[in-house]
Amino acid sequence: MSTETYIPIETLCTFYKVETSFFHGLNDYGLIEITTIETSPCIHQKQIKNLESIVRLHQDLHINFEGIDTILNLLDKIHDLQNELAATKNRLRIFED
Amino acid sequence: MAFIDYYKVLGVSKSATTAEIKKAYRKLARKYHPDVNPNDKTAEQKFKEINEANEVLGDPEKRKKYDKYGKDWQHGEAYEQAQRQQQSQRQYQHHASGGFEGASFSEGDFSDFFESMFGGGGATRGRGRSAGFRGQDFNAELQLDLRDVYETHKRILNVNGKNIRLTIPAGVENGQVIKIAGKGGPGVNGGPNGDLLIQFNIGNNTKFKRDGSDLYSTETIDLYTAILGGEITVDTFDGKVKLKIKPETQNGTKVKLKGKGFPVYKKEGHFGDLYITYNIEMPTKLSAKEKALFNELNNLKS
Repeated sequence: MSTETYIPIETLCTFYKVETSFFHGLNDYGLIEITTIETSPCIHQKQIKNLESIVRLHQDLHINFEGIDTILNLLDKIHDLQNELAATKNRLRIFED
Repeated sequence: MAFIDYYKVLGVSKSATTAEIKKAYRKLARKYHPDVNPNDKTAEQKFKEINEANEVLGDPEKRKKYDKYGKDWQHGEAYEQAQRQQQSQRQYQHHASGGFEGASFSEGDFSDFFESMFGGGGATRGRGRSAGFRGQDFNAELQLDLRDVYETHKRILNVNGKNIRLTIPAGVENGQVIKIAGKGGPGVNGGPNGDLLIQFNIGNNTKFKRDGSDLYSTETIDLYTAILGGEITVDTFDGKVKLKIKPETQNGTKVKLKGKGFPVYKKEGHFGDLYITYNIEMPTKLSAKEKALFNELNNLKS
């Protein structure tokens, strides 16, 4: 994988106006995965979408890491249920005129 | 342009304290925040409304102005002044938006009422979120017919003025979302681009019902073919086939035509099955001779 797809935490700290410890905390809670590239802690750009959601939940709603973890798990569950509901609705179309 | 009752939006009384307003706002924000309500347009709208209400009621100066002019806001001096100042700015903003809407909570979502009273650019937007490092995801919906997704095909979509070539694989499901990575809004300060998410809405005006890769249809056969057996020609999704009807076929009998269904998503050359249900049509308007013959049959039976 190209190193270009990794973004240094330092850059992210400046952008989101958070401390480095915030990212290490997220890493400790298993909410993001930090990868060290040439001594610089980075995160893969694929995680940015998830990270931004975490930052917003934390900054807008003052939710702590435990709460964020719980919310993300519930959102995964909602996502699965929504898919299941969509599939069920499609199956029900068989019985519609 | 309608008056907005910000107190009602936050569910607080007109005499609510700053602390009460803050509490009400935070409670509603937790409920309607877009990050906890994915793909929920109603929640997104609600979130915008409570943010706007909080922007006004949470700011002592704005609240004072809002309370002062209240429902007569249009006659207020502030309104007239703001109107003059904001005219050009608003026009610009309206031009800037449009086309595909970002997934969520972009700024500049204040109502016309708000902008008239406080000005579009005049708002402090202290709580407003800054643009993300990663670009916004774009959501689009594509209306297709069931026939369109029987074969893999390419389409060119125009998204925000850019042409995007899209391969639509055969067998796409109704409601399915395909993600095109990096084709959303541009990132900021070197951040990654957002994605383009395309939802397929597949209409069906064929005689076939679809369940995943299986198709279902009903074929009407006459009474005599059902009793004596015979051969009929039935429609499949892409042609016709001849089927033998066994003698004494019962009404509602189902037959399975293997591999005559719909393409299996992303499994080239694989097809589901077609299930045909026979609907036996009873003869009507019988002639006297036919009636006599049916009577004879009836007598034979007993």
